[in-house]
Amino acid sequence: MNTRFDRRTLLKGGAVALTGIAAPSIVRGQAPATIKIGILQPVTGALAMDGEFGRTGAELAIADVNAAGGIKSLGGAKLEMVFGDARSNPEAGVQEVERMQGEGVVAIVGGFASPICLAASQAASRYDLPYLVDVGVSDQIISRGLKNTFRFAPGFGICTKSAIENLVRINEAAGKATKTVALVHEDGLFGSGLAKLMATELPKHGFEIVETIAIPTPSRDLSNVVLRLRSLNPDLVIPSTYYGETVLLARTMQQQRVRPKAVYSVLNGAASNMRFVKEFPEAADKIMDCNHWHDPRNPKNAELQKRVEAAGKIWNYNTPLNYSSVRLLADAIERAGAADRAKIIAALGSSTFAEHLMPYGPTRFENGQNMGAAPVSTQVQDGQIKVVFPEAFADAKPVFPVRG
Amino acid sequence: MTYPLPIIAEAMLNGLLTGAVYALVALGLTLVYGVLHIINFAHGALLTSAMFAVWAIHAFLGVDPYLAILPLTPLFFALGYGLQRYVIGPASHGDDGNILLVTLGLAIIIENGLLALFRSDTRSLATDYSFQVVELGPLLLSQARLYGFAGALAVTILLWLLLARTDIGKAIRAVAKEKLGAALVGIDVRHVYAVTFGIGCATLAIAACLLMPTFYVNPRVGGAFVLVAFTIVVLGGMGSIPGALAGGLVIGVVESLCGLFLGESLGQIGIFIIFILVLLFRPTGLFGARA
Repeated sequence: MNTRFDRRTLLKGGAVALTGIAAPSIVRGQAPATIKIGILQPVTGALAMDGEFGRTGAELAIADVNAAGGIKSLGGAKLEMVFGDARSNPEAGVQEVERMQGEGVVAIVGGFASPICLAASQAASRYDLPYLVDVGVSDQIISRGLKNTFRFAPGFGICTKSAIENLVRINEAAGKATKTVALVHEDGLFGSGLAKLMATELPKHGFEIVETIAIPTPSRDLSNVVLRLRSLNPDLVIPSTYYGETVLLARTMQQQRVRPKAVYSVLNGAASNMRFVKEFPEAADKIMDCNHWHDPRNPKNAELQKRVEAAGKIWNYNTPLNYSSVRLLADAIERAGAADRAKIIAALGSSTFAEHLMPYGPTRFENGQNMGAAPVSTQVQDGQIKVVFPEAFADAKPVFPVRG
Repeated sequence: MTYPLPIIAEAMLNGLLTGAVYALVALGLTLVYGVLHIINFAHGALLTSAMFAVWAIHAFLGVDPYLAILPLTPLFFALGYGLQRYVIGPASHGDDGNILLVTLGLAIIIENGLLALFRSDTRSLATDYSFQVVELGPLLLSQARLYGFAGALAVTILLWLLLARTDIGKAIRAVAKEKLGAALVGIDVRHVYAVTFGIGCATLAIAACLLMPTFYVNPRVGGAFVLVAFTIVVLGGMGSIPGALAGGLVIGVVESLCGLFLGESLGQIGIFIIFILVLLFRPTGLFGARA
């Protein structure tokens, strides 16, 4: 190796050093160009709380990927977040996708609510821009044949199927402790569809539906619903309602001393939300939910949760879900070896990513849906949300029935 | 669908308790209509801001919602007085049609201001007594809603006494009956208008304090109450204080029973059937002739 400097090397080196002094940003530019990825979350409007949970997860994932040396196949290229606020409505989501497209992102992650995910992924598909849905459960999202759209989390079909299977198994393990069921559902598409499914599926497993009660969103008062529950005295109450109504229902049941053997909710807005547990610990106690949740046996979650809470933020399932989704995308870019949309879509489609934080197996996409994904059954125990089923991921045993 | 008698009785009692608070919300609306002859579209937004005020001083200063009645009632009276005297009155230029639009505009400004300030999150406050009950034989009645009922009755009686026995009450009634005549005998009509609007806002502040222990608030919450309040005002007779109370109680019970028998989603159908029937057969309302 030639250790002597000749004139040319000296000149080149000097030139680079000079440029460096003149424009410090170009020094960083010597490293490979950054890769822009779009993070779309509703951080204002009705869904602001969830949007913030999601943004936190995405930010942490980007920071971790960069801290670990960026995208190695691209010479250590760093990820750069282009954030878009979906403002809790699909139109704003589409506007932000257009803006991100203009800024040259290679993929978009997020959306949260089904309507936003539906509209935003469709807008992205016009540019063959890979779109990774974080939460949106509507199965329409992945049944439109859009090549660019992927969903890491389970959809409505998988969630309801697991919810019923888990409930049947938990009930059987408890010697069929519950039989009669009252369904309380919000009267929109989500609640009604779920109630209908429950009403046809549960009787096949020996349950008896004694009442199906529809409630509007928002509801001012659920005293009458609770009165009906009191007169019917079902073993099991299954609420599929949004945050405000679930909280109101749980508190009114507590007040009116309606104590069924168990409350088992499905994709509920409150029952696996730490805010509910913290604000109304008594009303929330022992409520079960079948929903997205992180894998409590994975030590990385505890670590991430500490970082989130140290920043004064609340931990919710959206955080590890978005963290994992961004890591999944980073892995795909790594394997694609290029910031090229078509190659990233192909790499996502063949992903077997397993270093995520969720209680799923290795990733395996089929028509855009991760077939390894599944929800878990959780229960509020001692002011914590614990996974109680399936056993492979559980960090607590179900208390079922709650009362004899 | 049949229910045991205690459940029907309890649903009716629940309805009465809710109805009293509805009546309180309707009281301000009917008073403003009776005197100023305008429909105050900002009523719902003002209720929402009062509820946020209760929430905020509980969350940040730890003031009990019932204690909050003491500072908030004069505060909202002053706010209402100022709004009528310096915004709605001057902006209307003496034309009632303009007032309608001014209050509608105010409603939009207030709602979006609250949205910007508090975001659209639904908030509620927890007190020790929020979900306490009073046992009445087989019935479990919510303590906070009993307080609400008592408070609403007390405010109605006080307001009625104020109108019947005091000088300002007489002035308000005089302006309501004959604006020009009142002005001719030396009553400051603009002042009376503003006082009336202030009283309307003050009743909203009290309603908010009575509601918040069991209810939640978000920037759109007032709309849910104000639609019911309009129905109560029509049912009780536009401008009638006892009418608002009676109307509120009737509407509360009807809503509760419809919710029980037809399902919560259809609970409000009874209210609007009554609304249409009253307009068809007794357009002056139950107590309308006296207004």
